[in-house]
Amino acid sequence: MAAYVEFKNVRKTYKTGEVEIHALNDAGFEINRGEFCVIVGASGAGKTTILNILGGMDTLTEGSVCLDGVEISTMNSRQLTAYRRYDVGFVFQFYNLVQNLTALENVEMATQLSKDPLDAANVLEQVGLKERMKNFPAQLSGGEQQRVAIARALAKNPKLLLCDEPTGALDYQTGKAVLKLLHDTCKKTGMTVVVITHNHAISAMADRIITVKNGKVEKTVINENVKSVEEIDW
Amino acid sequence: MEKAMIELLKNGVDETLYMTLVSTLIAYVIGVPLGVILFVTDIKGICKNRIINFFTGAIINLIRSVPFLILLVALLPLTRIIVGTTIGADATIVPLVVAAAPFVARMVESSLKEVDSGVIEAAKAMGSSKLQIITKVIIPEAKPSLLIGATIAISTILGYSAMAGFVGGGGLGAIAINYGYYRYKTDVMLITVAFLVLIVQLFQEAGLKFVNRIDKRLR
Repeated sequence: MAAYVEFKNVRKTYKTGEVEIHALNDAGFEINRGEFCVIVGASGAGKTTILNILGGMDTLTEGSVCLDGVEISTMNSRQLTAYRRYDVGFVFQFYNLVQNLTALENVEMATQLSKDPLDAANVLEQVGLKERMKNFPAQLSGGEQQRVAIARALAKNPKLLLCDEPTGALDYQTGKAVLKLLHDTCKKTGMTVVVITHNHAISAMADRIITVKNGKVEKTVINENVKSVEEIDW
Repeated sequence: MEKAMIELLKNGVDETLYMTLVSTLIAYVIGVPLGVILFVTDIKGICKNRIINFFTGAIINLIRSVPFLILLVALLPLTRIIVGTTIGADATIVPLVVAAAPFVARMVESSLKEVDSGVIEAAKAMGSSKLQIITKVIIPEAKPSLLIGATIAISTILGYSAMAGFVGGGGLGAIAINYGYYRYKTDVMLITVAFLVLIVQLFQEAGLKFVNRIDKRLR
């Protein structure tokens, strides 16, 4: 059986004037359905490029990418918009919430786009923000804002949840709580979650660890000894 | 002060408010789409288009670089075609709109540029269409800044409308020029200026109060 996510021989080249930069050079990996996957690597290794290609935010130069048997790499920009709308949820390092909308309205903005959304208020309750729905982002802490952002991504009921350094702007304890939320969501709902990080310690909680270096996938490891967030320290 | 003068001033205030508000409204109807076009066709915009961006920007710069008093006179034939006359409050609205719309477009553009690019990226990542990104994210998120821009635009247009008094426009500006300047009635001059100051103050204060109420961004 083919894997849920297939990333095959992907090359991504940026041209700035005369200079060609290979952000990705023959990168490949697979992810199974329902896995909690961590992509780890140093800054500039190509992690974010992988995530952007996987999420339909960027196109690739060579290679192929499939999600659930559907090829993404050949889609045009209209098809990619539809793909992003129905199949993927994004979580960013700096939350990127609309400041002039309440937590609930932010989540509703996403549910209005989806064909088969979850109830916005329910999802916010699931992430532990039942009491804060009517608050604006500026009235919430960083951790709470990231929870709203996760709720916004989950409420669309996507096939794939992509998180770019979701704990990058949070303190240690809050970061752990957010990771726990992501992990619990993955295990309870069977959602496939991909987390990007430069923090190797986080990879201990993943089912699959993909190490990226200089635009190449250095190794893919199936983690036999998955630890809970509480057990890891950094 | 005699009754006729009071009546004249009352008319002047009404005409000034009428010219300013109608011109601002029309200038925004034209200026907002232009500002949005400038913003989205920019190099970093969501519908990058060098040619449209260049020509829109060039036309705006061209009109903006003509001094208002020159524009006022140069547009007299156009005003006659549209309104049928070149004097009075209605006739002043034409050059006011022509001068204010490009100004509004630039104000709108700079307000939209304040929107956090991350929020736009998030909307894009969610699969919003370009129109949805503009109407549901960029404009609501820029609303406080757009309103501050509007209060500035109103004050500027009010100032322009007073200038139109020199070529037969209506309102307080015409009274200040015709009575205060040409007939040396210093008291009339001072009263009209006081009224203008008062109107600017009112719009500015009311505008800022309103903005503070609706702005939910980090402060």
